[in-house]
Amino acid sequence: MTATGIGAPVRRKEDQRFVTGQGRYVDDFNRPGQAYAYFLRSPHAHAAIRSIDTGPALVMPGVLAVFTGDDLAADKIGGLICGWMIHSKDGSPMKAGPHPALAQDKVRYVGDHVAVVIAETLAQAKDAAEAIVVDYDVLPAVVETAEAQNSSVQVHDVSSDNTVFNWHLGDKDATDAAFAQAKHVTKIDLVNNRLVPNPIEPRAALGEYDPGTDNYTLYTTSQNPHVARLVLSAFIGVAPEHKLRVIAPDVGGGFGSKIFIYAEETVCVWAAKKVKRPVKWTSDRTEAFLSDAHGRDHVTRAELATDDSGKILGLRVHTIANLGAYLSTFSSSVPTYLYAPLLSGQYDIPAIYCEVDGVYTNTAPVDAYRGAGRPEATFVVERLVEKTARELGQDPAEFRRRNYITQFPHQTPVIMAYDTGDYAASLDKALELADFANFSERKRDSARRGRLRGIGFSSYIEACGIAPSQAVGSLGAGVGLWESAEVRVNPTGSVEVLTGSHSHGQGHETTFAQLVSDRLGIPIDQVSIVHGDTDKVQFGMGTYGSRSGAVGMSAIAKALDKVIAKGKKVAAHVLEAAEGDIEFKDGKFGVAGTDRALGFGEVALQAYIAHKFSGQDLEPGLKEGAFYDPTNFTFPAGVHICEVEIDPDTGVTTIERWTAVDDFGVIINPMIVEGQVHGGIAQGVGQALLEGAVYDQSGQLVTASFNDYCMPRAADLPSFQVDVTVTPCPSNPLGIKGCGEAGAIAAPPAVINAITDALGHEDISMPATPQAVWRAVRKAHMPMAAE
Amino acid sequence: MYAFEYHRPTSIGQAATLATEVEDVKFLAGGHTLLPTMKMRLAAPASLIDLSQIAELHGIERSAESITIGAMTKHAEVVNSSEIRESIPALAEMAELIGDPHVRHRGTIGGSVANNDPSADYPAACLALNATIITNKREIAADDFFQGIFTTALEEGEIITRVSFPIPSRAAYAKFRHPASRYALVGVFVAERGNDVRLAVTGAGADGVFRVPEMEQSLSRHFAPDALEGIIIPPEGMNGDIHADAAYRAHLVGIMARRAVQAAASRG
Amino acid sequence: MTTVSLTVNGQSVTADVDPRTLLVQFLRENLRLTGTHVGCDTSQCGACVVHLNGQAVKACTVLAVQADASVVTTIEGLAQGGELHPMQAAFREHHGLQCGYCTPGMIMAAVDMVNRKGSNLDEQTIRAELEGNLCRCTGYHNIVKAVAAGAQAMVQNPVRQAAE
Repeated sequence: MTATGIGAPVRRKEDQRFVTGQGRYVDDFNRPGQAYAYFLRSPHAHAAIRSIDTGPALVMPGVLAVFTGDDLAADKIGGLICGWMIHSKDGSPMKAGPHPALAQDKVRYVGDHVAVVIAETLAQAKDAAEAIVVDYDVLPAVVETAEAQNSSVQVHDVSSDNTVFNWHLGDKDATDAAFAQAKHVTKIDLVNNRLVPNPIEPRAALGEYDPGTDNYTLYTTSQNPHVARLVLSAFIGVAPEHKLRVIAPDVGGGFGSKIFIYAEETVCVWAAKKVKRPVKWTSDRTEAFLSDAHGRDHVTRAELATDDSGKILGLRVHTIANLGAYLSTFSSSVPTYLYAPLLSGQYDIPAIYCEVDGVYTNTAPVDAYRGAGRPEATFVVERLVEKTARELGQDPAEFRRRNYITQFPHQTPVIMAYDTGDYAASLDKALELADFANFSERKRDSARRGRLRGIGFSSYIEACGIAPSQAVGSLGAGVGLWESAEVRVNPTGSVEVLTGSHSHGQGHETTFAQLVSDRLGIPIDQVSIVHGDTDKVQFGMGTYGSRSGAVGMSAIAKALDKVIAKGKKVAAHVLEAAEGDIEFKDGKFGVAGTDRALGFGEVALQAYIAHKFSGQDLEPGLKEGAFYDPTNFTFPAGVHICEVEIDPDTGVTTIERWTAVDDFGVIINPMIVEGQVHGGIAQGVGQALLEGAVYDQSGQLVTASFNDYCMPRAADLPSFQVDVTVTPCPSNPLGIKGCGEAGAIAAPPAVINAITDALGHEDISMPATPQAVWRAVRKAHMPMAAE
Repeated sequence: MYAFEYHRPTSIGQAATLATEVEDVKFLAGGHTLLPTMKMRLAAPASLIDLSQIAELHGIERSAESITIGAMTKHAEVVNSSEIRESIPALAEMAELIGDPHVRHRGTIGGSVANNDPSADYPAACLALNATIITNKREIAADDFFQGIFTTALEEGEIITRVSFPIPSRAAYAKFRHPASRYALVGVFVAERGNDVRLAVTGAGADGVFRVPEMEQSLSRHFAPDALEGIIIPPEGMNGDIHADAAYRAHLVGIMARRAVQAAASRG
Repeated sequence: MTTVSLTVNGQSVTADVDPRTLLVQFLRENLRLTGTHVGCDTSQCGACVVHLNGQAVKACTVLAVQADASVVTTIEGLAQGGELHPMQAAFREHHGLQCGYCTPGMIMAAVDMVNRKGSNLDEQTIRAELEGNLCRCTGYHNIVKAVAAGAQAMVQNPVRQAAE
């Protein structure tokens, strides 16, 4: 390992600009003549629009234009799409209602887009939006996930009972048979609370149109600019693909919420041509709460069957997944193929059957949020396993160990073929680091101080590196999920890597450069990573699902192999040796068995000046591209242990210790990987203790600001003890599994298992706020109390 | 934010005159409630009168009997004032629990008291310490000043100039923060002065800050947490939101009262 | 319009502004100092923290006109002579940032913390003092480490601290 190679904790190259305020985020861009967009949003959760009078707004100072859904329709601008087709049990396709960028006829959630004002200043646009007169016929709303299918309210005409799909996975008969044999069945009812992603940078879009070239440019807060361009051109139709440049510059966190193609960027690109001015929109936090795609929101009943020795026989799950008022870009895949295939967890479960009803409600669309389906699956499995162990009177750690998968590859009953892992190794290490042996002593000490202490495990697995294109295609994905890379070697020997992955906090400019430096033997500062601009970078799929290492870097590795192969050809000519005798090692192309060698830079120069070979023998230049399509998902897994202390007087839960032992396969930069784990845990703890989006019965979002929606703060969290075990991933050339979502997946059940351990009963939901825990403590101690 | 006229007088007299001359006025102190409200377009004053440049509104004075704080004194100044730390440490400790460090660099005592937010900390301190709110027109006892949420005895155009706190023998503040907003979900300020004990609760009451006479009477006989045993705060009249309903808030009043008394009692 | 004159990062600035212009808007839009960010509309996230007369404030909750005759330091004014301020260097060294969006406010808050609380900051103090700054990426773990290390470095390098 070199100081900057694979495995080194290299300090990030991108940080110089971020710590000095020189980062460039979308809202930092300003174009000559720029105007501002402000969206008039629905104040009602559900209403028919009788009429919209934009006249009073049009005469307001500074107003350039006011547009409604009719204007988009007149220009034949299509609706927003959902790119993953899910079929119901009966084979029928999911019921996708229309999703216009600006509402037509009806609004379906508070924050739905009714009209847009384009004005000289944002203040003027806001002033004018207040002058638009909308005549609403307010309709009753359906809000609750569990009630959507029985409601008299109908969100979309295409679905009479608000069901988008009744989907299932697994073998029902085999699972029923397993339950019939069971000695013990543990049942659990779970709510996976709705979350608001809240990257600290709100979404933003800046659209520009050049009439001279007919070119459009969109600066946008995107995790996947090429996908945005494809959807905006091929499906929504705002501009031809080759005429639309999408730039996603520095992006201030995404967590899934910036994958999707939203109404606002659609309208900004289109409106820029209409008003012949660049049009900028920057979300404020309230708009972000209302209209960024939310996450989670499941209601689940699950059962686990075991035999008399505590061996798991079968798992049965029924989930209702709230998809909100419209199907967002990848929403349908999240509670289906990103969820149910993970229900085997780390366990050898012979039979699994899962049914999922996706439902419409009058709430913001729900889509992928850090972990996307896998946290929901892990919460089901790990809560159920914990509860089963307790019911059987078994040690939760040992119950898990007894049921771990130990032979690989392992085919689960729910699609996935786990390639490798050593779950017991992570458990052993975590137990030691968490000082589990002395937990009971700590618990007694807490009790002496009048506090309740509990410990909780989460033995999670996820499927990352999404994904083999053929596999996801067969499951309904509208796109392939490979990744692309181009390695451009310059005549001076410096290297630019153009990657289809996008970095919005993950540090690709550093980790990707480490790979290049390691493989080519050149200094890391000779490497530039280019991403986030469709005019510069070849088509790529972007960053989500912890895929940039396993898939994005594998594409780079593949392109680097081609560069080295071409370099050998060049070197063979220059060194007047047979190509087969050229070896590339430590940054030098040498002739085997001799001391004749050329540095990487010399070969690069020779490739470009092309004096030493004929154009008929070899093309000049040194630039290679690659598309890498994985052959399998990757399966990061690990054990997190959370230890809490509860103040029974107030219900306040304090996390006293956090131990994480993860197996991410090969690690490029341990510093960055640890940072990803920390951040993931914080979001998972947020879900478990603090965060929850709440709509009232009329469909108003009660938690529409940081005053009501509780974001994790520094004092809410402990320092984390983070370690790893390593089983290299066999399915990609680098052995990487991915680490971006692990913490968010692992954490919620670890916290709730710890709290329920402390309480001595299972009756607590997320978020386990002080109020909820206080009630649960009272329930534990006063079972007959009226409360 | 809607457009407004901005004025920055340098004397109380100028400010008071301006307030009578221009339409639809709001006084701007630290601005940490008013400006966010204006940004959300929930307030739309035609004129703002910025009180920051009025020298008479600044400064902390200590006498044998009291501490008097200028209305434009920032929370951070109260936190750091050695006079206050020595005479009413509970007041400095309370100020350190307001908002966050950046908010405390801007927010003022006068602004907080005049706003009378039902979850603000200062109203509890004023009430428990039996403060006097001094305006450009008169002096108002805290008991008469706070008149329900966002409602005070202040008349149109009346400006708080100082707040005077009698120095107690011992006092303490216990705050349970709202998980999201960090305002007081329940805050209890208790102060003992001679035989007189006053205990005020903020955050919990649907009508804003209030005193708890039953607790005060019991504490004046025996200033210790166990004096509060058996005193049940009923949930009627308590605030409720998703983070804390009335029953939980009522329960927390008892817990925070005990903790405040414990802290004050430990001051000896 | 109202005229404001102030010193920003050592430079005198005078401009006519609409009174409703926030200090953060003035910095970002008039002066193009885009390192100061906006992350919320309720004065909570702290992405906009700058120093006003040497104290950390939320620039989204201060009017530009209120900053008249004041001295403002933004993240762009922290590094002197092309060398990172010790707190900036500590954030980089300890991986106290990921997406970088909250980072300018975090660093300005951290420097202010040291100015108020000294250089020996324990974990509990740092976490409590970060009350007004939200980060969604790091889980705060490495921010806490960075602030502690940056605080120590500020003492070891007092010249740099005096730059403010």
